Amino acid sequence: MTPRLTLATASRVLTQLRHDHRTIALIIVLPCVVLGLIAWLFDGTPVLNQFGPVYVGIFPVVVMFLVTSVATLRERTSGTLERLMSLPLGKGDFVTGYALAFGLLAIVQALVLVAFTVWVCGMDVAGELWVLVLCAVLSAILGSALGLAASALARTEFQAVQLMPATLFPQLILCGLAMPRAQMPEVLEALSRVFPLTYVVDALGGVARGLAFTDIASEVGLVALFIVAAVLGGSLTLRRRTP
Amino acid sequence: MGNKGNVVEARGLTVVRGTTTALGGVDLDVPSHQIVGLLGPSGSGKTTLMRSIVGVQRTTAGSMTVLGRPAGHPELRRVVGYTTQAASVYADLTVTENLRYFAALLGAHASDIERALVAVDMAGLAGRTVGTLSGGERSRVSLAAALLGDPQLLVLDEPTVGLDPVLRRDLWDLFARLRNDGVSLLVSSHVMDEAARCDRLVLLREGQVLADATLPELLERTGTSEAGEAFLALIEARGEEGR
Ligand SMILES: Nc1ncnc2c1ncn2[C@@H]1O[C@H](COP(=O)(O)OP(=O)(O)OP(=O)(O)O)[C@@H](O)[C@H]1O
Ligand SMILES: [Mg+2]
Repeated sequence: MTPRLTLATASRVLTQLRHDHRTIALIIVLPCVVLGLIAWLFDGTPVLNQFGPVYVGIFPVVVMFLVTSVATLRERTSGTLERLMSLPLGKGDFVTGYALAFGLLAIVQALVLVAFTVWVCGMDVAGELWVLVLCAVLSAILGSALGLAASALARTEFQAVQLMPATLFPQLILCGLAMPRAQMPEVLEALSRVFPLTYVVDALGGVARGLAFTDIASEVGLVALFIVAAVLGGSLTLRRRTP
Repeated sequence: MGNKGNVVEARGLTVVRGTTTALGGVDLDVPSHQIVGLLGPSGSGKTTLMRSIVGVQRTTAGSMTVLGRPAGHPELRRVVGYTTQAASVYADLTVTENLRYFAALLGAHASDIERALVAVDMAGLAGRTVGTLSGGERSRVSLAAALLGDPQLLVLDEPTVGLDPVLRRDLWDLFARLRNDGVSLLVSSHVMDEAARCDRLVLLREGQVLADATLPELLERTGTSEAGEAFLALIEARGEEGR
């Protein structure tokens, strides 16, 4: 890997995004609209304060996953990936470049979403605000990283869109939102431990209950590890030579 | 790597793609400082052979050296320029933004972009988004990207397809200038009248090299007056042998 090439790739991806105002607007505005709806729906109840922080982490995962997996798949189908693989660009440069560009977008998205839910929707965060911001940013980056890793499996855009439900729905069901993990059948509880979304929800649930950063540091650390693993996995599954 | 001999040497190169044998034991020498035309009908293996040369094709058997190194060697990625059959550039970036990225990957100077654009007669459209260009304009942007840096070998997959006669003549003039400047070129085409612009011809059919000669040699051997007829004569001769 060469930092110069990684940065050139990240900057190219960001330039592409800059040309696409509609996508940027969707990425930034859509999660805010969803959170706004939830706040309105449960107006006058403690639901937003209880679950708002968790949703602030979950919607960005889904949005960033989709955007990233489709963007990298487009690179495959347009032939530009084939050209890049014939050029002096490392596989790690390619994947990390994408991760950096979408990570930056993820940070903006998370900041806007937290600001919107706290100041516009009036969510009362029991824990510290900076911890919520940190978790929201990490979960958005996680979505990107998982999208990068998963796109290696897709051959068409139809498949890429299917990857989102295939990889995220089981995680959403088992992450502890649908049922507290302690009450799950043993096998499913064990399964939930290998899913990154579980730790996102654990960490953000902690923030909602007013836990300090030190109490959820291990969950946050695990999410960061999953991000690194997904980016590594994405670089390793990328093939310079294809059949 | 300034070797005088052959820029590409293949021995028994075999490539199986899915269930088809795209290349069935190809022996090939591409001499340096020449324009070698790679001709053959659709599905004959032209793209597969070019992908093998630039190191993005998984090969099944045989060997191939490019500029004295095994095909796909990292050192080659800087000195072998490649255009895929479909224009492989980013449709959502401008012409200049595209070339700026590829120049960054090659470590080429920014001034190189202007030179490449002038070479393919696209300097006037430098600021346009590639997605708004015609097919022929797009493929010339793709070609410009392959001219960046200091390529010693250009592998061009059907660079003139879909272009009008004037543009095609201009591009072949460009190829001749590049050859005179010391670049070696392998250019695929299935327009037989372009054969006259090549120093040597390689005729490919069903993954086999049917002929590897200069045009005059080929015409003499088959007693024909142009490349298309020569090609048909060779195919018929093959058929008779097989009977
Ligand atoms: N991705 C692929 N998977 C499986 N088989 C493939 C693939 N690409 C090409 N083939 C097969 O390999 C053979 C050679 O294809 P190739 O693309 O090299 O031909 P070509 O000479 O470039 O044809 P054209 O002039 O149409 O571009 C064909 O029989 C084709 O069907
Ligand atoms: Mg082809």
